[in-house]
Amino acid sequence: MNWDALATYGPRMLQGLVVTLQLVVISITLGALLAWPVALARMSRSRILRGISFGYMYFFRGTPLLAQTFLVYYGAGQFRPQLEAVGLWWLFRDAFFCCVLTFTLNTAAYQAEILRGAIRAVPIGQSEAAMSLGLNSRQIFRKIIVPQALLIALRPLGNEVILMIKGSSVAAIVTVFDLMGVTRLAYSRTFDFQVYLWAAVLYLIVVETIRRVWDKLEHYLTRHLRHA
Amino acid sequence: MHLLELLSFGPNGWGNQLLAGTWLTIRLALATLPFGLLLGLLMALAKRSRNRWWRAFGNAYTTIFRGLPELLTIFIVYFGGQIVLQKFVSLFSDAPVEINGFVAGMVALGVVFSAYASEVFLGAFNNITRGQYEAAYALGLRPWATLRLVIVPQLVRLALPGLANLWLILLKDTALVSVIALEDLLRKTQIAVRVTKEPFLFFGVACLIYLVLSMVSSIGIVAIERWANRGVRRAS
Repeated sequence: MNWDALATYGPRMLQGLVVTLQLVVISITLGALLAWPVALARMSRSRILRGISFGYMYFFRGTPLLAQTFLVYYGAGQFRPQLEAVGLWWLFRDAFFCCVLTFTLNTAAYQAEILRGAIRAVPIGQSEAAMSLGLNSRQIFRKIIVPQALLIALRPLGNEVILMIKGSSVAAIVTVFDLMGVTRLAYSRTFDFQVYLWAAVLYLIVVETIRRVWDKLEHYLTRHLRHA
Repeated sequence: MHLLELLSFGPNGWGNQLLAGTWLTIRLALATLPFGLLLGLLMALAKRSRNRWWRAFGNAYTTIFRGLPELLTIFIVYFGGQIVLQKFVSLFSDAPVEINGFVAGMVALGVVFSAYASEVFLGAFNNITRGQYEAAYALGLRPWATLRLVIVPQLVRLALPGLANLWLILLKDTALVSVIALEDLLRKTQIAVRVTKEPFLFFGVACLIYLVLSMVSSIGIVAIERWANRGVRRAS
């Protein structure tokens, strides 16, 4: 163990971990909000809405997150005069903001696909039964379909959170000092390979904790579906 | 007109460069695939093994490489591989060692691929019922023939959707090797951006090229799935 390096960079890596978690929590939350209109548009009767959301999802699910991040972060620089004119340049100048924007758009596409799959997986009998009880289509969607769909979506959504934690490390490449960014900095100063292994341990702890908490959560939320 | 010239194959265009980068991306993904598949199959067998230690090893391997960011795995393989190789070579000579970025990228991406693929294979194995083995035994097939003629064809069919998904993920993950100075599509694009100062155009085009690669893959996957399912009759 290199104790000197640990004393110098250990605390900074923990700060980096906090930045990583901020990136993930903000992006996942905003992405979850954006995913709903995207998923609904994907299933709408309007051909135009379906087309737009299909294009959006196809683009963000079919290209590398790193390329998307470059597109937003460096691409925004090209539109500096226009962004300054509307008073948004201070946002796009900030790498953290650009990452949050990119990650949000990216995870919204994946979450929308998860929601769409989950909504379609609810058996038709459920809405037929609700209809025969006299519920209107709005009530059926909100009170019958959505609660069941969310349970189906729970597991893939947990996977998406973990993928986002791992994916957020690309923020380091556009100068954000998340866990990966601090680790790269520490390596460039110390040339001690150990720092990468410490980062690996931290990432593993976070991912495994979330996986286990999520399993517990799923177990708890689906307790009414299990036989005694 | 100016923008089209930048993308052309002429002396002022970056078409050649982008094409060369795309070619490296494709080669890297194709080189990773067999390596990742083989390692994934071995890990699946380890996790099915009767030996407790093999099982523990397979499970730990999966947990680690599915939990680590791909980017970190690439750095660890690239820098760690350099150190290990240097130590090994220094036993014989003082020559400095430079690890090949392509090989490092291939190993790192292959390891990640295999961790996910082993789960796909495991699921496929679990879907082949005991009766298949018993029927093969009743027909008088030897164990090796059972594996080759009965199990593997079904394994391929069952694992294909999962593996196809992993291939599309692999294609996107190759972009990460640009950070270890491998001149893939994204790296070439960055170089073009630095010279031309047209980031939106070039990164946009790079994204479109990735999209085309996954579209072409999807077409190939459909064809392979049709081939793998040729013996299956459907109700409809």
